[in-house]
Amino acid sequence: MSGWTHHLIIAPILVPLVVAALLLFFDERQRVVKAMISLASTLILVVVSLALLRIESGPNDFDGVYLLGNWVAPFGIVLVLDALSALMLLLTALLSVATLVFSLARWHAVGAHFHTMFQLLLVGLNGAFLTGDLFNLFVFFEVMLAASYGLLLHGSGPLRVKAGMHYIAVNLAAALLFLIGVSLIYGTTGTLNMADLAARIPDIEPDRMMLMEAGAGVLGIAFLIKAGMWPLCFWLPTAYSAASAPVAGIFAIMSKLGIYIILRLTMLLFGEGPSAGFGADVLLYGGMATIIFGTIGVLASQALGRLAGFSVLVSSGTLLMVLGINDGAISSGALLYLVSSTLTISAFFMLIELVERGQDAGAIVLAVTMEAYGDADEDEPEEGDGVTMPGTMAVLGICFAACGILLSGLPPLSGFIAKFAMLSAMMGTGAIGVPPTATVWVLVVLVILSGIAALISMTRAGIRTFWSSLEGTVPRVLVIEIVPVMFLLFLTLALTVQAGPAMQYMDTTIRSLSNPRIYIDAVRNAAAVPDYEGVSSTNAGSK
Amino acid sequence: MELVLATAIGVMTGCGVWLILRPRTYQVIVGLSLLSYAVNLFIFGVGGVKTNVPPILVDDVPTTTLADPVPQALVLTAIVIGFATTALFLVVLLASRGLTGTDHVDGRNDPK
Repeated sequence: MSGWTHHLIIAPILVPLVVAALLLFFDERQRVVKAMISLASTLILVVVSLALLRIESGPNDFDGVYLLGNWVAPFGIVLVLDALSALMLLLTALLSVATLVFSLARWHAVGAHFHTMFQLLLVGLNGAFLTGDLFNLFVFFEVMLAASYGLLLHGSGPLRVKAGMHYIAVNLAAALLFLIGVSLIYGTTGTLNMADLAARIPDIEPDRMMLMEAGAGVLGIAFLIKAGMWPLCFWLPTAYSAASAPVAGIFAIMSKLGIYIILRLTMLLFGEGPSAGFGADVLLYGGMATIIFGTIGVLASQALGRLAGFSVLVSSGTLLMVLGINDGAISSGALLYLVSSTLTISAFFMLIELVERGQDAGAIVLAVTMEAYGDADEDEPEEGDGVTMPGTMAVLGICFAACGILLSGLPPLSGFIAKFAMLSAMMGTGAIGVPPTATVWVLVVLVILSGIAALISMTRAGIRTFWSSLEGTVPRVLVIEIVPVMFLLFLTLALTVQAGPAMQYMDTTIRSLSNPRIYIDAVRNAAAVPDYEGVSSTNAGSK
Repeated sequence: MELVLATAIGVMTGCGVWLILRPRTYQVIVGLSLLSYAVNLFIFGVGGVKTNVPPILVDDVPTTTLADPVPQALVLTAIVIGFATTALFLVVLLASRGLTGTDHVDGRNDPK
């Protein structure tokens, strides 16, 4: 054990949980106090996750297994911090700061308990990234979903309630599939601990193996619904575009949670052994279908919100395809793409709200979309107080252009670097060095086509919004609203400048993932903290 | 015993799936409830169907005469979470009914 730093692992769950409970004691009228406490919590999360990332990737051998309740691995629930979860924690923390600051301008005031639900969403996300136990994953998933139901409905209005109803129904069904999958896996292997499960898979009898794989398949469906794979994704664009801007911004990480768990479980359970490569074809072809569906959606979208929603699908599809190929060099490019596209989409969702504010020029086009997809939202929140941004249109235009460049994967921003890393690995100039197969060519074409589609529709939307705006009204944008957007875009710029170290980190991550033995041994050999003198306990040393 | 349990789970799942595909919100929520009962029984069933045996590990008692305590713990958690989310869904259904004036899942006011 490495002293107090070891307890930092549980901080990303504990801090927002305590803060969420604390916030309930304050009256809704004490808005500033609530906002400050909530903001402090997210800032602490950034510091903690940065520290965890540094410790994890540091020179010292860090023991990332945290035994909750001090029970050793297969009997108790464990939290496991490795390079991948540390990366996701940092990404979540950065997004949460940006979206929370954005919400402070007006959105946090349009309904009750915004900050509590926001913190609980972070509890669920961080817990799901950290946990090493399947059923615990379900619990954190449900915490996250329950908070997200509330957040999606935040601000109310018929459009949100309708989208929220569909979203909740889909996710309740997904939760039931999750339970079926988990219980099938438990029934066939007798364990819920991910590491223990991975170690037991080679020893399962063939007749039980089929049931185990069925369980894993059902479980996978639950995560694919979250990630938005094609026939399971029709709820996603509507729900994301109906959500209020800061909520959609943080929801950008939720579809990546599905991807994260699929990556984690396939690498851990089906990396080697008798069922190696289980489900890879589903991911590959499902990813292709998703990217095609997303691309068509991006081209067909008139409203910017739906454009962003379909961009989420394109990004999910790309990642699922790459997971289906499961090649080291391509996967590390995909991880960079995951980070870059999450930052982009989150920034884009927030930017859309600013751009569309008070904009009547596109009202005719919007009216058509609204007619098809529901009624317009009438009760937008009132104008907030604060410093107005000077040169609004110029700043908005630059941010919009940056989002377009990132989504389509053009140089010089990180979208280009990530796609280049993936494509060059696919074409064989990277690490693998074998001539690409027909499947890989299809992937290359799809990735490039989706980029072109994003470019076309972003250009179209940009021209309509900024150049052919009939009335020339300038939206009133506050500094604290545009700064979070610029902050996220600045992060993608930083990712571009520091692409070398970033790619190196992704490479290390993928390499440690493709060797599940390290993870399994770390969890299985984690020793419980010895008892204090005079305190008797039965669990210490039970291994 | 196993046959009765399996049939019960199967019938409930079938009814549940049919109901959640129906256009009225009330049918959807009843369908979801039925599905969650089926799933809860299923979780209970994966531990093996045993009656009148304790889930407590005691010395000198062979493990074959014990019930598996883990599915029982899981099902308890699943019931609590399922109950909470279903209650939340009910509130959203009521809100939707209030806002759209119909109990159609898409908020449309079809005659049929």
